Order: sequence, then C-alpha cells, then structure tokens
Amino acid sequence: MEAERNFGFDTRMIHAGHIPDTQTGARAVPIYQTSSFVFYDADHAAELFDLKQYGHIYSRISNPTVAVFEERLAALEGATGAVAVSSGMAAQLAVFMTLLEPGDEVVSSAHLYGGTVTQLTHTLKKMGIAVSYVDPTDIGAWEAAITPRTKALYGELIGNPRGSILDLEKVSALAATHRIPLIIDNTMATPYLCRPMEFGATIVVYSATKFIGGHGNSLGGLVLDSGKFDYSRYPAIAEPSPKYHNLRFFDTFGHYGFLMKVRVETVRDTGCCLSPMNAFLLIQGVETLSLRMDRHVDNALQVAKFLEGHPQVAWVSYAGLPSHPQHALAQKYLPRGPGAVLSFGIKAKSGEDLRLTGKHFIENLKLFSHLANIGDVRSLVIHPASTTHQQLTDEELRECGVGPELIRLSIGIETVEDLLWDLDQAFHAL
Amino acid sequence: MGSGSGISCPITLNSSLTKEQQALYQNPAVIQKILNECKTIAIVGLSTDRQKASFFVASYLRSAGYRIIPVNPKAAQILDEPCYPNLASIPEPVDLVDIFRPAYECLDIVQEAIACKVKAVWLQLKIVHEEAAELARKAGLLTVMDCCVKMEHGRYCGGLHEAGMNTEIISAKRNHRFI
Ligand SMILES: Cc1ncc(COP(=O)(O)O)c(C=O)c1O
Repeated sequence: MEAERNFGFDTRMIHAGHIPDTQTGARAVPIYQTSSFVFYDADHAAELFDLKQYGHIYSRISNPTVAVFEERLAALEGATGAVAVSSGMAAQLAVFMTLLEPGDEVVSSAHLYGGTVTQLTHTLKKMGIAVSYVDPTDIGAWEAAITPRTKALYGELIGNPRGSILDLEKVSALAATHRIPLIIDNTMATPYLCRPMEFGATIVVYSATKFIGGHGNSLGGLVLDSGKFDYSRYPAIAEPSPKYHNLRFFDTFGHYGFLMKVRVETVRDTGCCLSPMNAFLLIQGVETLSLRMDRHVDNALQVAKFLEGHPQVAWVSYAGLPSHPQHALAQKYLPRGPGAVLSFGIKAKSGEDLRLTGKHFIENLKLFSHLANIGDVRSLVIHPASTTHQQLTDEELRECGVGPELIRLSIGIETVEDLLWDLDQAFHAL
Repeated sequence: MGSGSGISCPITLNSSLTKEQQALYQNPAVIQKILNECKTIAIVGLSTDRQKASFFVASYLRSAGYRIIPVNPKAAQILDEPCYPNLASIPEPVDLVDIFRPAYECLDIVQEAIACKVKAVWLQLKIVHEEAAELARKAGLLTVMDCCVKMEHGRYCGGLHEAGMNTEIISAKRNHRFI
C-alpha cells in the first residue's frame, strides 16, 4: 500500500483545507467571527507584520474560516494557492490592480458579463489601463490586438451571453509566446467542469456567488494562481515594494509571490475581504459542488433540447447542443457539460413588440425566479431588454449581443419535468 | 484548523524536476524527517539584506525553534549569530546544511557538508544541481532539492494553509493535544 495518495476531486471538496483542530476537534468548519488575532509577544507581532512568519493578524488580510475556503478551492483547481475576496468583481479588480501599472493594456474577450465590461472599460481607465476587446472565437483577432504594452489576456471560458467557448489552448499558447498571463473567469464552469490551468491559464478568477456557493445566499470571489508564470518582467510583482521595506515579492516568495501581493497589498489596502460567515456558507456549497453541477448540466441540456424543439422559440444558444458553433470546443474543454446558463430568442407574437412578448413570457413563469443572478439551486430567468438593458435601443441591444428577443435562463436542480412544464405553460399563456 | 501531520498527497506543484527526480529529492517522508530531527541548521549564502529570501527563511526557522548558523564569508554577524566563512570553520555539529547559492557552487558545498558529517543537505527552491544532490544522497545524507525549507515547514505546521496556499495535505485525524 502507498502511504501517500492523490485524492479525488470529491474528497477534496469535502476535506481539503480543513483538518480537525487540536484544541476542540470540531468536525464542521468553525466560523472564526473575529476581527483580530492576539500576538504571542512584540517580536511575534513584528515578524508577522514583516511577513517573516505566517499567521493571522486581522481579518481584512486573512482569517481561519476564509483560509479553509481558499485552500479548498486551490486544491480543487490544482492551483498553488488562492485569495478569497468579497465578490467576483472584487476578484477581477484585485488581479488587475496587483498585476498592472498605468499605461499597461489588456486584450479581452468581448463576450463578458456586463458588469465586467463596465469594470474593464471605465474603472480600469481611471487607473490608466486601456482594454481592447476581441471576438474570443477568432484567434487572429487576439493576436492582432496584442501590442508591446499588452500585459494580460482576459476572457470567460463560457462567454456571456451566447455561451461561446474560449479555445483555451490556443489563447494560452498565444499568451505564453508573448510572456503574458492568460486570466480566465471560470465562474460559469466551476473547477468541476473545467480547470483552465490544465490548459495553460495562469490566473483563474471566480464569482463564488454563483455555482461555487450555489445557493444564492452569499457574495464571494476568488483569485487563484497556477504558480507557473514567471513574473520577473512585471514590475508590480518583481520590483521592490515601498509598502514592505523594498521587498521583492517574486524574488522572496517565488511561486507564491503574486498571491502574497494580492493579499498583503491589494486586498489589505482596498478592504475587499470576504467575511468569515460568507466563507462558511460558501464552503457548505463547495461540499456538494460535483453533485449539484451534474444535475445542473443534465437539467440544462434537457431544457435546451426542449426549447430548440419549441415552435415559439427562434433560436437557442447552449454549447451543449450540436447546433452551437463551439459545440466541439465545449466537448473538448467541458466534457461533463458546458454549465447551466443558456439563452434563447423568443418569437414575437404577431403584431406585438418583441420586448413586450419577452416581458409577458417572464411574467407567466411560475417556478423560475425573475432576478439578476445565475448559479443558484433554483432556476432563474431574466429578460435583459426589459430589465438590465432597458435604456438601450434595439440597435444598441444587438450591438451588445443581447437582442430584444433574448431571454437568459440559469437552470437549477429542480425536477426537470417541472421546469419544462413551467416553460411550456408560460408559452401557452402568451 | 490548519494542517497537522496528516496523510499527504504527493507534492508535485511548482517544481522543475521530473517525476523521478521528485521521488528522490522531494520525498515528503524525507522532508518531514529533516524538519523533525534536524535542530541545528547552517544556512550557506544567508544574506545580510533583511528582505532577501534567505533572511526570511532564517528568521522564520529561528522563530520556529531551530538553531541557525549563518555561513557567509562577507559578514561577521547575521540575526545576532556569529557568521562563518564556510562549513569547515563552524565549531559545533550541524544537522542540516541549507544552501542559498547558485547551482554551480553546490557540488563543492555538498562535498564540504559530507566532510563535516552533517545529517542532511537541502538545495533551496530553483537551485537544481543533480550531481550535487546525488552525491549527498549516495553518501547517506537526507537530501532535498528545489524546495524551500520555510514553505515545507509551513506546509506541515499550518502556516502555509493560513496564507491560503495549497498544502496538498488531506486528513480527518485530530492531532493529539497531550492535555
Ligand atoms: C461570469 C461572471 N463573472 C463575474 C461576476 C461578478 O460576480 P459578483 O456578482 O460576485 O461580483 C458575475 C456575476 O455577477 C458573472 O456572471
């Protein structure tokens, strides 16, 4: 018998990052609801502040409950480590703030969550960072957009809103040629469906609010690093830091350098920390991640097939369907299924404005919750043209890839026949 | 919370070594034996610069209860300890030689370490010299290469976990408190 074992994904979901503590033996992960941690003595305090010792100081920087969540996700992703933050938006921003300098550029996929587009275009601009957008399915477009100032490539593995699939191997090879990191938002897939680092991504970010937590009760985000990237050309990581007596993070902490910098500088200074209570709730979600995701994708595929065969549906976008342009890529990178978020186009009732048909359809649904979120055990629905994007004209909508007919579903883990029934009755009642 | 000395997964992250080399020079059992049994550590190439990796490692190990002996021909004292120009001039027995020098110097340092009858040698993270490591191992020394002593200590004593890092340790066992 081997003394060591490479534990499976499901075992890691339950155990990674939490060993019963010596003091109490508590089996569930304890909630360390404390702002601060007592030092042994003045020397201990000095060494902690100087990063010469590991240990908790203050929960804005690290916390024992949050640390369990961090190590658990790092273990699931096969990452060198993780920093948990207050939301998915905070995770992305923490990566950019840590990595980039004013004057740097980012090339990003155009198929992104709307909030991310706003952050990249407007908030990064305030930091002197310019972003150019490309069609993620066009590798030539990525290449053409890279300039000597480009310091990172960014994309969602499963893109918004049409579920386009990023060709991870091609884009990460391009990033490697230019010696820049590929940053992937893997929120839609979770590490159960795909681990982008296995295909060359350097940094992976999550909105843990979605499928990772999975119950729609807590905001949270994560930054993970493969530990394989050479940051020596990145002044923010490699040069002496004035905040820590000219410490060179990459030199001193090696493959932990980037994440240490995220934690002890960016998160410490911006305060986007995750609360211990939220970490606990998110951990509860992680413990059933694979079970939920299997059901999510099974249900999503059945719903997608049902919609594709429905006379009142113009089109369905779900990479699990053979009709999707990146179906083959989805099978390659997401063999268990390309997530559980899909969109479809509703056909207008004769003589009615498309937006109005969409609005009525949503109002007719009885089991789908009408709200702005994805990745809940409950099924969710939103019609961007009458809600999040209502100020835009039809033409502007189409430019964002969200036409007036588009309805987005996030499929939950309910009895699938009930979901099909609900959709069917909502069409009938139009 | 944190990681006790639980069952460990093979540690394969972040090393440039091949699987075969990792089995020889990054063996978790060897690493834990060194951390548990070596009390006096000579740090060859310990810097006087308090922000260098070697200084971090030395001050960490001192706080963790090890005796540190600096080896650096250009310094008289580091971390309040007298500094020696080489291993041969250290007037007391040394358990572990921890090397922070470029790879091409490692063969000479290992030869010196063997002559001083130390128990173990450790080539730090990103310092890879197969011939030097093999010489030490064949001479019966516990040998580690391309790892960091501080990170490995942190892996088994919980610190690395507290920093959000992946220790690759999984266990449902509770460590005994011994009242
Ligand atoms: C793909 C994706 N990335 C990031 C976010 C932002 O996450 P959060 O709401 O946790 O800030 C969201 C959702 O809001 C998302 O769907």
